Amino acid sequence: MSRKKLTAAPWSDRIFDLVVYVAITMVTIVTLYPFLNVLAISFNDSTDSIKGGITIYPRVFTLKNYETIFAYSGLMTGLKISILRTVTGTILGLISASMLAFTLSRVDFQARKFVSTFLALTMYVSGGLIPFYILIKNLEMMGTFGVYVLPSLVSAFNVFVIRSFIDGLPYALQESAKLDGANDFTIYWRIILPLTKPALATIALFLAVGQWNAWIDTYLYNGSKDTLTTLQYELMKVIQSTTTNADTFRGRNMTQVMAQISPESVKMAITIVVTVPILLVYPFLQRYFIKGMTLGSVKS
Amino acid sequence: MKAITTKVQPGPKKPKSSFWPTFLQQKYLYMMAIPFVLWAFVFSYLPLWGWTMAFQKYKPGKSFFEQKWVGFQYFRELFQDEQFFNALRNTLAMSIMGLLAGFIIPIIFAVLLNELRLQVLKRFVQTVSYLPHFVSWVVAAGIITKMLSTDNGAVNDLLLSLHIISEPIQFMAKGHLFWGIVTASDVWKETGWNTIIYLAAISGIGPELYEAAKVDGASRLQQVRNITLPGIRTTVVILLIMSIGHLISIGFEKQFLLGNNLVRDYSQTLDLYALNYGLGMGRFSFGTAINIFNSVVSVILLFVANGIFKKITKESII
Repeated sequence: MSRKKLTAAPWSDRIFDLVVYVAITMVTIVTLYPFLNVLAISFNDSTDSIKGGITIYPRVFTLKNYETIFAYSGLMTGLKISILRTVTGTILGLISASMLAFTLSRVDFQARKFVSTFLALTMYVSGGLIPFYILIKNLEMMGTFGVYVLPSLVSAFNVFVIRSFIDGLPYALQESAKLDGANDFTIYWRIILPLTKPALATIALFLAVGQWNAWIDTYLYNGSKDTLTTLQYELMKVIQSTTTNADTFRGRNMTQVMAQISPESVKMAITIVVTVPILLVYPFLQRYFIKGMTLGSVKS
Repeated sequence: MKAITTKVQPGPKKPKSSFWPTFLQQKYLYMMAIPFVLWAFVFSYLPLWGWTMAFQKYKPGKSFFEQKWVGFQYFRELFQDEQFFNALRNTLAMSIMGLLAGFIIPIIFAVLLNELRLQVLKRFVQTVSYLPHFVSWVVAAGIITKMLSTDNGAVNDLLLSLHIISEPIQFMAKGHLFWGIVTASDVWKETGWNTIIYLAAISGIGPELYEAAKVDGASRLQQVRNITLPGIRTTVVILLIMSIGHLISIGFEKQFLLGNNLVRDYSQTLDLYALNYGLGMGRFSFGTAINIFNSVVSVILLFVANGIFKKITKESII
């Protein structure tokens, strides 16, 4: 917005400016301070932290908290599974959503209306927690890696975002490819997919963040399977274990870890480990997801 | 709202020939779509079949035909359970508080951001404000619990140093504070993210309106009141109506993570109730009855919201 500065701003505008800056500064502090505080405590000596008074920098710097948590095998398994589900879930989710979006963008596709309605309805029907749990059980997906990827494979919202993007591409591209003898799958793979990159970047971010942050599926379906726990689930256990809601706590090894350094420092260090990947990714994709958000919410 | 219109492209023609030849011609399209139709059938529609469990005395391991039918017995049990009404109250309270706060505060924040003249600062604040949206609720709950803790929690430290309180407040152990804590956590986490849509709407307002107002000697506050806010009114109304449709489906994630046994009377939502008293105790039929109640009410709310929406805009969101 290009607003020329008035030669003499009236006092009411100066107060207005002041209020704006004060409010914005406060919001920024309230948002950022908790993260910086957690970061500082995670690098601070755990016995020193108990004294309190750590703000945004460590008082007695140490890496011991991190050394301790990485020595705990559950965390390494969690890290491995979290990365694996994020990569698999994002790639498969992207292929599924874009493939489906491509077929729905084709006005000449006979089954278009049916597929489109069938998919749109999934946004509104929900069987609920327990029928879904029983379904997963009957499909014998309990205690499998597949339960992280398959049930959340397609989201109608994502499909519609990509479709509206494909709708904006010139159809002539598809037509000329067809004249060259390309079939519909080749058109999708060689022409549509490369051109849809900006929309795919947004969806990839949403999918990856969703996968990385998920923990309820681990809790419900894979909680007793040590080899399939995720990082978020491990963090959840640690956080819940020292609050009064201890009935969900199952980790024995973590109790031993916590005996060495204070639970507070363990929590903070794991929190940072879980948060850092997000921090590394989202600022760079900002322009994409803003576009995706505005497009998606108008279309749906 | 600024409608994003996709340019009308010279699209493919509708087929004129009969079904089978076109079917063969489009075999690749079918091959690309059918797996997902099957997927949607299994993971979205099949759970609805599971609703039959609520009318049976469901025992795992038995086939559908071996189950004993009990009619509405579990619904009668449900409507006689005090916990159910407690869970319903908590669900409604937290969703209405969340709706109001999550609707008003992002608008204020968007307007404030829009008034920032330093573009570098604006971009920085925006980037910072998106951060909490991207971290999981597990991380958020951990951070919030830490900030509100009685030993060295930032909030208590601040209040103590300002002499507003003389004893640390046990935020996480006080039931009557729980709804407020959940709402505030939601605001902390999602405000930045929710401003995106309002900022987009604000940027759609023509700069000539502001120029004209300035010529007429309008102050910045008057410009906000008379140009910015009316300019985003349509967006606001649409988003508000849409959120009515999702009023009751707040799930259990935040309540599960932030709650504990001390505040259970205030933290237990319908879904958490289904988790604790249905799944947790192996009472699958009873839990399914809770889920059905929840789903049916949310579908009704969705239709109500859509009805209001249709009346106002003559369009449908469903």
